[in-house]
Amino acid sequence: MKPKVAFFDFAGCEGDQLQVANLEEELLDLLGQIEVVSFREVMKEHSSEYDIAFVEGSCTRLADEDRLKEIRKNAKVVVALGSCATIGGINSLKNSKDPDEVRFTVYGDKAKWFDTYAARPIDAVIPVDVYVHGCPINREEFLHVVKSLLLGKKPDIPNYPVCVECKKNENVCAFERGEFCVGPVTRAGCDSCCVNEGTICWGCRGLVDNPNENSQKEVLLKYGLTVDETINKFRLYFGWQERRK
Amino acid sequence: MSKANMSISVHYVTRVEGHGNIYVNVKDGTVTKCEWNVSEAPRFFESMVVGRKWSELHHITSRICGICSIGHTLTSLKATESAMGIAISKQDLKLRKLALHAENMQSHVLHAGYLVLPDLMGAGSVIPLASSNPSEVKTVIRLHRLANEMSDMICGRTTHPQRLIPGGFSKIPTEKELANLKKRLQDSIPDVQAVANLFRQLVHKFPDFERETEFIALTAPDEYALYDGALGSTDTKGAPISEYLSYTNEYIVPISTAKRAKHVRDSYMVGALARLNVNYDRLSPLAKEVAEMFKLRPVCHNPYMNSVAQLVEVAHGIEDSIKLINELEADGLTKQADYHRPKIEPKAGRGISATEVPRGLLIHDYSYNDNGVCTKANCVIPTNQNHGNIEQDMKAILPKIIKKPKKEIELTLEMLVRAYDPCISCSAHYLNVHFV
Repeated sequence: MKPKVAFFDFAGCEGDQLQVANLEEELLDLLGQIEVVSFREVMKEHSSEYDIAFVEGSCTRLADEDRLKEIRKNAKVVVALGSCATIGGINSLKNSKDPDEVRFTVYGDKAKWFDTYAARPIDAVIPVDVYVHGCPINREEFLHVVKSLLLGKKPDIPNYPVCVECKKNENVCAFERGEFCVGPVTRAGCDSCCVNEGTICWGCRGLVDNPNENSQKEVLLKYGLTVDETINKFRLYFGWQERRK
Repeated sequence: MSKANMSISVHYVTRVEGHGNIYVNVKDGTVTKCEWNVSEAPRFFESMVVGRKWSELHHITSRICGICSIGHTLTSLKATESAMGIAISKQDLKLRKLALHAENMQSHVLHAGYLVLPDLMGAGSVIPLASSNPSEVKTVIRLHRLANEMSDMICGRTTHPQRLIPGGFSKIPTEKELANLKKRLQDSIPDVQAVANLFRQLVHKFPDFERETEFIALTAPDEYALYDGALGSTDTKGAPISEYLSYTNEYIVPISTAKRAKHVRDSYMVGALARLNVNYDRLSPLAKEVAEMFKLRPVCHNPYMNSVAQLVEVAHGIEDSIKLINELEADGLTKQADYHRPKIEPKAGRGISATEVPRGLLIHDYSYNDNGVCTKANCVIPTNQNHGNIEQDMKAILPKIIKKPKKEIELTLEMLVRAYDPCISCSAHYLNVHFV
């Protein structure tokens, strides 16, 4: 029997589910192997009976916790899809600010109508079995994860920094170009895609499990960067991870 | 069965981007409640960007929407460039226009082909259509893939693009890549015609419904305005983009997590149909041909025809992209160094920019201090501008269909929401309502 698969989304841009649609013809092949029973963005039908749940987006309000817990109860395997779900993503930028001020900035005197709390990855609310990192996710890696799950294996997700892939791609180091890059502490698996396109690593896949802090300090000293600059750069994607440490 | 009392509640309308609900109550044959509300979770982007540097804003605001991230990136860059007086080259302007076409085509094909087509063919999603109508579905996929590969080639990625940076591009495509793209665009014209023909056979399934409303879109004298223009309207004379606040007049309603907008009427519409209504004359020949297949002429007041207007724009996007590549080839592509980073001296100022993205008029408005740090931001999202119009349409169509079976009423209302191609994550980029 084909495994039943469901997709859900919380606070995020739905760009990760779009990557699934962007598999184009490969999606048709995939649909031969799985049965999609819930995917609000593309189908009308819905069922609460599923084996694998893919969850995109962060949890940003208490009201969404129940929905997440229900998904955990129904699914055998929960997969966090994309940075917002795996590490809190760009949403956690607001966590470093005063929540009342955040609400006032956006809607002034109507502040009392609205509710929010610190943006967090879904594993802050429910246990997560597999992580597909990235903002957005990489289509190839998504396929790798699905294939592994179908074969009953734990997918192989890199736990070394982006620099490893970046060096292999023979990029000129961003620091050498006078830029600030968080590749030295960010989890690889993206094939250093942003640096390949001429920019920097922003850190969207989150910190590696054991970032080499001494080596990062050396880099900072060598290129004369300040602690403030570093904190600011880290805050873009690592807001929740840093807080949890 | 008596239809005197009825209650409809569609929780989380499907095949739209984000979470929205429809609530209808009918008592003694009269509609007592008709609401379109948005329950998407909060994002707070306008607060998140405050305190961030000019070189990061496009990266952050791109994340407002995965479907139109190129549009948000471009609008963000234009606002920053306007605030700091940064000019971009003619070549970069053309490449950016190609990027915008690629995303509009991708989004339109996704919406018309994957999300609307199932309604017209009596299916719950595109998934069963893949086996019942494989050749139609494969044609749609081919067009979608072409648009995505075009984004990849111009922007380095389809979603949250990397090459688009303040002042230009970090990397540009090669002449060979552009020539190859041109060939593929030319070869795709029969596919566009095939999809248009398919819709032509099914278009009678859209409700024959009209409600007069205002249509607002960017407009420009010498082109079908997408990348830039002034505010245009089917009701009024138009205005420069600096006066956008007097057009959008955003307001907050307690039933919805997203803001709404109104201009001279209770609501207005933005998006492909609005652009077609305001700028029909400047569509490309093939686009006009597609429009004529459906007798789609300005001003069309049937919101369901927005999906058809999207197909018209796909045809326009393909023809205009071919024209842009021809111009780039004629001028000869100016090469740039790898990891290109235009020299920019940050300075204080305010920049307002507007772009026509897949779902309509998008505005970013930033203020920066002397160090190029953002002090204030405002983003007006297409779908927010449409929410009020969606609800007005619902109120107008309900009395006409109230005698039909409940399932049919539900479907008609869902199709109406879907016709607007709402992007609810975008529209709730800042708000959340506490439901009791």
